[in-house]
Amino acid sequence: MTEMTGLRAWLLTDTPQSRGQARLASLYQGWLAFRRNPMAMFGLAILIALLAIGALAPWIAPHDPFYQDLTARLQPLGTPGHPLGTDSLGRDILSRLIYGSRITLYIVTLVALIAPLAGLIVGTVSGYLGGWVDMVLMRITDIFLAFPRLVLALAFVAALGAGIENAVLAIALTAWPPYARIARAETLTLRNADFISAVRLHGAGPIRIITRHIWPLCISSLIVRVTLDMAGIILAAAGLGFLGLGAQPPSPEWGAMISEGRRFILDHWWVATMPGLAIFTVSLAFNLLGDGLRDVLDPKGEK
Amino acid sequence: MTAFARLMSGAALAATLAGTAPALWAETPANMLVVANRIDDITTLDPAETFEFAGGDVLRNVYGRLVNFDPLDFEAGYQPDLAESWEVSEDGRTITFTMREGVSFVSGNPVTAEDAEFSLRRAVLLNLTPWFILTQFGFTPENIEETIKADGNKLVITTDKAYATSFVLNCLTATIGSIVDKTTVMAHEVDGDMGHDWLKTNSAGSGAYSLVAWKPNESVTLQANPDFYQGTPAMQRVIVRHIAESATQRLLLERGDVDVARNLNPEDVQGITGAEGIKIQEELKGYLMYASFNQKIPELAKPEVLEAFKYLVDYDGMVNSFLKGQWTVQQNFLPQSYLGAVKDNPFSLDVEKAKALLGEAGVDGLELTIGVRDVQERLEIAQSMQNTFAQAGVKLNIEVGTGKQVLAKYRARDLDVYLGTWGPDYADPQTNASTFAYNPDNSDEAQNGGILAWRNAWDAGGLTEMTEAAVAERDTARRAEMYHEIQTRFREISPFAIMFQNIEQDGVRENVQNFTTGLAVSDASYWKVTK
Amino acid sequence: MTLGSIAITMLGLLFVTFLIGRVMPIDPVLAIVGERASPEVYNRVYQELGLDRPLLVQFWLYLLDVVRGDFGTSLLTARPVSEDIARVFPATLELATLGTLMGVLLGVPLGVLAAVRRGSWIDQIARVVALVGYSMPIFWLGLMGLLIFYGILGWVGGPGRLSIFYDGMIEPVTGMILIDSALAGDGTVFRDALSHIVLPASLLGYYSLAYISRMTRSFMLEQMSAEYVTTARVKGLSERAVIWGHAFRNIRVQLITVIALSYAGLLEGSVLTEIIFSWPGIGSYITNALLSADMSAVLGGTVVVGLAFVLLNVFSDLLYKVFDPRAK
Repeated sequence: MTEMTGLRAWLLTDTPQSRGQARLASLYQGWLAFRRNPMAMFGLAILIALLAIGALAPWIAPHDPFYQDLTARLQPLGTPGHPLGTDSLGRDILSRLIYGSRITLYIVTLVALIAPLAGLIVGTVSGYLGGWVDMVLMRITDIFLAFPRLVLALAFVAALGAGIENAVLAIALTAWPPYARIARAETLTLRNADFISAVRLHGAGPIRIITRHIWPLCISSLIVRVTLDMAGIILAAAGLGFLGLGAQPPSPEWGAMISEGRRFILDHWWVATMPGLAIFTVSLAFNLLGDGLRDVLDPKGEK
Repeated sequence: MTAFARLMSGAALAATLAGTAPALWAETPANMLVVANRIDDITTLDPAETFEFAGGDVLRNVYGRLVNFDPLDFEAGYQPDLAESWEVSEDGRTITFTMREGVSFVSGNPVTAEDAEFSLRRAVLLNLTPWFILTQFGFTPENIEETIKADGNKLVITTDKAYATSFVLNCLTATIGSIVDKTTVMAHEVDGDMGHDWLKTNSAGSGAYSLVAWKPNESVTLQANPDFYQGTPAMQRVIVRHIAESATQRLLLERGDVDVARNLNPEDVQGITGAEGIKIQEELKGYLMYASFNQKIPELAKPEVLEAFKYLVDYDGMVNSFLKGQWTVQQNFLPQSYLGAVKDNPFSLDVEKAKALLGEAGVDGLELTIGVRDVQERLEIAQSMQNTFAQAGVKLNIEVGTGKQVLAKYRARDLDVYLGTWGPDYADPQTNASTFAYNPDNSDEAQNGGILAWRNAWDAGGLTEMTEAAVAERDTARRAEMYHEIQTRFREISPFAIMFQNIEQDGVRENVQNFTTGLAVSDASYWKVTK
Repeated sequence: MTLGSIAITMLGLLFVTFLIGRVMPIDPVLAIVGERASPEVYNRVYQELGLDRPLLVQFWLYLLDVVRGDFGTSLLTARPVSEDIARVFPATLELATLGTLMGVLLGVPLGVLAAVRRGSWIDQIARVVALVGYSMPIFWLGLMGLLIFYGILGWVGGPGRLSIFYDGMIEPVTGMILIDSALAGDGTVFRDALSHIVLPASLLGYYSLAYISRMTRSFMLEQMSAEYVTTARVKGLSERAVIWGHAFRNIRVQLITVIALSYAGLLEGSVLTEIIFSWPGIGSYITNALLSADMSAVLGGTVVVGLAFVLLNVFSDLLYKVFDPRAK
């Protein structure tokens, strides 16, 4: 107990002894602010639960998600042994949802890594270097922005073949331009800041300045934006699944499950609705988390 | 109705009592037939080019043929249509048609032997996709002056060999046998295209209807021909609406906004069975669902492996569950109702037997990729196969693509396993025999992408000659016999696991009578429909 | 945006689309001739399409045609792409405009209210409403909406733009049935068209509401904490005047950008909405074309959507100048 209090005091000190302590302290204070937001905490709890479900899938799933039983198909909610019913091939929907959480996490992680990173690189380079580099990069960004997103994603998937990896890449490909815009705008305001000039005087090259000094400052607004976009990403993957271009059967990807279940929507509504609810819950969680993070990380949002 | 739907209808009642529901049409007008169908496969309405289903439906109602099927009596086979009668010469190579008198096109021009000559020659000259249906009789652009000839009110056609008369006439019932109005079509000729460009989106026929408008992916509108020689159709207007989703079609049918829904899935059919004012109409169609195994892969060329695979498909399980009502087990390449069709379906799911056969062949740990189109029904068949094949230690990886993508790979002989459908092109056994059991040149250079045996790199194991002999046999009973023999052998040695034959289940409003979709041999016809 | 950069963007757009068409593993020849064609038919069409020429030459020839307003002929519909677009784009335009209108009319007040009453129950409800909009798969919502409001309640018209009986009764002038029937003074058709569009438009409107209300809230919060707002309050201005007269005035510019972006998004055509509601719009037109290697149609559709995007940007830049306080 005393140790905890000691740690708390150390973190909340007004006179940090080291850089590390200062950084940790500001993180901790952010966390305290974040914790005061019940909606954001709720979102975080859901996501932690999702992580746990994904990690423990083989132990908590009641059935093999691929086990078919054509004699017990389209069982309703609450069937003994199948609390969420079974799908068209008699597979247990709950187990498929549980295993599907892994795929959802996979999609989300991959897109969240690729798109903002690509946007960050393009945006900061463009903003910092300016001149013709800026011109060319921003023109390219414009072209991608003006491109019908679905055409781009569809073409990409069609060219490389359907599959979850390609769907993720395709979504990332359509998602990066807004990040590039944001990162560029931030870089422009930072470029001529005093501390950047000071670093430059110390002889740091552009690469060092961009990666060491500009990136860290752009990241917070990108993180907020990413969490808010997350729902869109899951839904985009589901949309590609709806068109048959997402995950390949028999993969229990949630979007593909909805797409399979939509045929029965009038008589066996739960087959499509259960994965729909799962997507809804997770994207809601990301949204709540994003809103909370914005309040903490984005100084403009503070009261 | 589900509990959920019942709950909602309670709300509906409340709303009606409150008087908030606006008056909507309860049913379609009495002289109009509205059909919900997927029509995105229509890319042209020129009968010399049309080769897909929805287009065939339209053209069957727009153009007369020399011989045709009676929509209410397909058993009778081809019947006189624009040709009143015909005679076959001694040597069996020449058929002389006598044209029906007093029939005219919608334009008012009389239908003559010259129009018939023009229509058939035009199809040969234009050389478009379905052209092989005519040119297989030896018609070429060089010889049509001699082989397709009008003579007064008679049309004389001469084939290169003697064929079964039923084969020739069955082919003439196909869409490409449509008789177009020469004067009207040639008036719209551009750069010597014989009116091809114009005819893609217009009609010039003598059938029960004429084309008012074809809006791609939206609708086709037909207007009755008041001078139709069999009598003015009861339905003044026929509108075919493109509705992609089964659920949407069902809602439209339930609300009475359409008279016929043609793409209901088994669950939706079950859902509306017994609903007030709706009946389910079933017709056995000609498509087959099959899986085939590429003979370029050494393991797949072993006879035991092929036999084992045929025992690894859960035929009954599938037709009794997710395919229920819409597919029936059929393990032979001739669809039921075709001349020479057989009903022997010896294979059923038998994992132990398959394992033993695979053991005999010394095949273990086989991993294959199966190419499937992104259609739900096929994806489920593929997943069921994946499941049963795995029980015998064969791993199937499903590769999904759009129709065009999968087809391109299949045609390039690049797929291990293909799962898909085949529909007959005309109402004669030759249509399937010539593609499943016929492959005159199995080399890669032959590029015979139109032949299924070639796509699977299968040399047809001696069936090529038998198929050639069967099509030339003029004694119908003997001909049927020959197809029985071919199919028995085909079942045993071919790399094709033919699985199912299609049944079309249409949701039809109760007051609609005499609507048919043409069974396995023809297309939908509207002119006998009454309400 | 200058004319030059518009031109460069459009050129880039065309070129990328063109490349996509060429790297797609779908054979455009096969798309025309069908699966049973003989090698002779195949080769003839291959040459007719000019596919044997070098890529850049093909692109150059295509560009020349586009400049002349000729987008080529669609394989799928057998008619000029320009004619197809004149048919499908108005359908999307009508739907997207109505959806955006709903989104703006409801989303902006909701966002302002949420910001002014930050943390109150109104804010929480606005948040949940918006987040549900963000998170719901549109095809699920669409099918459910159709089942309930059309199938069971019968409050709205079914799929499609018009009931079949009215089809073709109105001469297309703008291609937007609501406007055309109003111009023709035909109340029955207008009501019928309205009953068909209301559900899909509400659906799109909901999505745009979700986005617009969130952004409005966030912009307003920024302004409400600014000094001039405090000053205005101190001066004794009514709360209403502070909010709408000062804070809101200052977010108009940002708001226009957001609305333009959301509108542009809807103009791309929501393929899934179009499929479910059998709405013959540009989204499903381009998708169908893409899946069938109908590249003329894909290129034409992309150019139109891209152009709409660029023009919207130009237009919002203009509004920018009108509204931007610093520009005065």
